[in-house]
Amino acid sequence: MYSCSDLKKGLKILLDGEPHVIVAFDFTKPGKGQALYKCKLRNMLTGSLFDRTYRSGESFEPASLEERDMQFLYQDDSGYVFMDQKSYEQTILTEDVLGDDKYFLIDNMEVKVLLFGERGIGLTLPIFVTLRVTVSDPWVKGDTAAGNSKPATVETGYTLQVPSFVDEGTLIQIDTRTGEYVTRVKE
Amino acid sequence: MKRLLAADYARIFQLCHCWRADERGSRHLPEFTILEWYRSHCDYRALMSDCESLLRRLAPHEKISYQGQSIDLEPPFERLSVTEAFTRYTDTTARQALKDDRFDELIALSIEPHLGLARPTILYDYPAELAALARRKPGQPQLAERFELYIAGLELANAFSELTDPQEQRQRFNAEAKILADKTGQTVQLPEPFLDDLQQIPPAAGIALGIDRLVMLLTDAESIEQVVAFTPEEL
Repeated sequence: MYSCSDLKKGLKILLDGEPHVIVAFDFTKPGKGQALYKCKLRNMLTGSLFDRTYRSGESFEPASLEERDMQFLYQDDSGYVFMDQKSYEQTILTEDVLGDDKYFLIDNMEVKVLLFGERGIGLTLPIFVTLRVTVSDPWVKGDTAAGNSKPATVETGYTLQVPSFVDEGTLIQIDTRTGEYVTRVKE
Repeated sequence: MKRLLAADYARIFQLCHCWRADERGSRHLPEFTILEWYRSHCDYRALMSDCESLLRRLAPHEKISYQGQSIDLEPPFERLSVTEAFTRYTDTTARQALKDDRFDELIALSIEPHLGLARPTILYDYPAELAALARRKPGQPQLAERFELYIAGLELANAFSELTDPQEQRQRFNAEAKILADKTGQTVQLPEPFLDDLQQIPPAAGIALGIDRLVMLLTDAESIEQVVAFTPEEL
């Protein structure tokens, strides 16, 4: 169990049976009175943010979360299927949990999956992923309004801005943290 | 300091470090600096005037800006009683909040954020239970002559007309000791030399002002760690 003095940014606690992470924290004590612990919490399952103030003497159950090395196998109706590289057990992450990360998954990619009990609730991707451009109109010379960039769609369906010299069929590297173009990749 | 007052030093101050275990936040450090001063033969109203003069003197201009808020330091500061503050900013009374054990919570979350915004606020006359060392207000024994100075929602100073009646002080210490014993099982010895000295003390008022927070205010620092050389995490 944690006590109020353990509360800090980044701490993960269990509230109403669900894991929450403290995203902002402040301590306050009005005029020699009772200590108050102001927290901004994010529900790690739903992503919802809310404020909660605790008073000294309250206690908190730690949220037991575990990160495991897994491999992306395939996507089907149930969701995105990953396999634990040690135990070969499979875990399914839903589209909601993945968000835009789903665009950066490649078959057999090695990732870290965040587990709450047996339930997959998050994903850490490699920082860079290489994907092939499937659709991108040639850059129109003189179109200075858009600068030197143009939209391109990659094989997973993700659309991003790329430099004008990137053609259809080119392999490009994308930063999975920002979703932005990094460089062209030579084959 | 009270023992010095009893020894007939009429105007005294000290600038010193203060420690509070486990207190750490954007406005709290476990080790902080305070300026304390005491005056004999006057009450908390003299200290209110002291605060007005001190702030006006320290600030480079009549108006200062703190975190985007413009504050007029020209005296007099706003005077707001605790009773009035509860009426204005909460849906309960100070007395009821105290009974429900919500007093501090409401002060911190519902009242403090409104205080001292356009000009400094002196929040005064606290329930007597919340001021073990302060004198009761003549004619209103349920209140104690205590005030806090707020500027831009920052609690800057805590002051009171000192309780100088040794009998009453002994009763209040005993009451507090009982609460502590019931809550934690700890027993405390009463400070007998202090109670002895109270026999000779003149009427007096004393105040403690947080220097770190004063520096925050005058340098427009958002967080207390910006005004100290090291935080506890860096030691």
